[in-house]
Amino acid sequence: MAQRIDVKDLNIYYGDFLAVEDVSMTIEPRSVTAFIGPSGCGKSTFIRTLNRMHEVIPGARVEGTVAMEGVDLYGDEVDPVAVRRQVGMVFQRPNPFPTMSIKENVLAGVKLNNKRISKSDADALVESSLRGANLWNEVKDRLDRPGSGLSGGQQQRLCIARAIAVKPQVLLMDEPCSALDPISTLAIEDLIAELKNDYTIVIVTHNMQQAARVSDRTAFFNIAGTGMPGKLIEMGDTATMFSSPTQQATEDYISGRFG
Amino acid sequence: MTTTAPPPAAPPAARRRRRRTTSDTGLSRVFRWLSTGAGALILLVLAAVAIFLLIEAWPAISAGGDELSARVSWFPEDANLVTFVGPLVFGTLLAAALALAIATPLAVGIALFISHYAPRRLASALGYVVDLLAAIPSVVYGLWGALTFAPLVYPVWDWLASTLGWFPLFAGPASQPPRVMLTVAVVLAAMILPIITAVCREVFLQTPRLHEEAALALGATRWEMVRTAVLPFARSGIVSASMLGLGRALGETMAVLMILSPGTLYSFAVLQAGQQQTIAANIAAQYPEAPPLGVSTLIATGLALFVITMAVNMAARAIVARRKDFSGAN
Repeated sequence: MAQRIDVKDLNIYYGDFLAVEDVSMTIEPRSVTAFIGPSGCGKSTFIRTLNRMHEVIPGARVEGTVAMEGVDLYGDEVDPVAVRRQVGMVFQRPNPFPTMSIKENVLAGVKLNNKRISKSDADALVESSLRGANLWNEVKDRLDRPGSGLSGGQQQRLCIARAIAVKPQVLLMDEPCSALDPISTLAIEDLIAELKNDYTIVIVTHNMQQAARVSDRTAFFNIAGTGMPGKLIEMGDTATMFSSPTQQATEDYISGRFG
Repeated sequence: MTTTAPPPAAPPAARRRRRRTTSDTGLSRVFRWLSTGAGALILLVLAAVAIFLLIEAWPAISAGGDELSARVSWFPEDANLVTFVGPLVFGTLLAAALALAIATPLAVGIALFISHYAPRRLASALGYVVDLLAAIPSVVYGLWGALTFAPLVYPVWDWLASTLGWFPLFAGPASQPPRVMLTVAVVLAAMILPIITAVCREVFLQTPRLHEEAALALGATRWEMVRTAVLPFARSGIVSASMLGLGRALGETMAVLMILSPGTLYSFAVLQAGQQQTIAANIAAQYPEAPPLGVSTLIATGLALFVITMAVNMAARAIVARRKDFSGAN
């Protein structure tokens, strides 16, 4: 079910402001692609264009194409709601629905997508999704308690369970560990390594060690200065990017000599 | 003033049993006393109202039904205070409940439109209009209801009575002129609509962006996003907003007085005149010509209204608190 994404000549705008300029890249199926780069370079903006969440912000728009298995996600007849059902997303801060129990949170997306689901199917899906997110053993005795009562790391894994419960083709993660402690971070990274067997995963991270640990391919974004558009500097296998990048800017950034 | 109090005041404070975690001196102390005082004042006012009502109502409460009907011209024969207040309480609750049933869904709809559907410029214009509606005095609503709305609405009420007459609420024939409970309920609904809408709008706008995006990213349509993220988050706010509206509807006097043709029956027939009366409108209608014991009787009905309002508010709070774990406040 994992699918390949081809981005071609993508310009991303907030109103008249060009935020990210001319990105072209290929995201391989069943692999982890990491986006790294300094704050404000547009990597979070870019990842949100892959499931059309960018346009949720008033005035935001894109030019260019994002094709999933050859189908342009920005085609005229494509429904953004349908796109988001195929491309799941995990956000920077854990955001389980506070008014729902753990179980209801996992089922939230499924209930939207095909309203009716039998109780036994629902229970099975809750268990498989929570197992998939490595959370089952911690919460199996309190599935009816509110999701907001969990720790930050558990909440984030609950969000991952919620995202994979709808069986998306692609899973986008926008700095999923930035609000978590090292142990929770490790749990999420282990999870990413398992999930890539089934999903195409794209992760934005500020943590270069994390990018090196979890990803197969890495893309480096940079920005020339305030008010300038962010750009994709280079993209390649993670091992190559961290050992012998072709661009000076990449090497400066990953070795901490940024500027 | 406490700000100029000399330092020796400190040692006794230190001996207090409750441990103080912040230093509380100077302005901070002034503010603490101000806020404590404000909090105490509201309790005092509430207690004073309750005591006033009790004392003033006592002659009527302690007098028997015979004495009341002998000395108060409009007090019905063969009645006592309870049988007198009963229909008024019923009428008050009926008017408020109908008004709330009409206004709440409408207000939630308007508030959702303003907060999540309308283009920004239209939304702020609509917001102003709603706030303006709240500023219209109730006597104007009453005039409008009696002179403009009631004549216009008769054909609708007549149609309701003839098609849905089997339903007790709409039992016919519809009275002409329609100085009936349903007309009152609609006017009351228009009066409480702005406050409910304004509060709901604020609550809807407070929905965390994070939760809205969570729903959208799962593939929710706009309405599904509202249903999964906005409405559950706003539930307690909607209840609070309705309670504000209900409080106003329960106590509304002028509009009811000017529109409703009163009666003292336990009747659900909201299309017929001369069936119900509300406590507040009854007080306003009878007060000017009431003898001392009559005033006392009216104040006893006011006491009943006071108790109802408190009970309704406490019930609403209990409903909100029942799902506190899921409110998102933890």
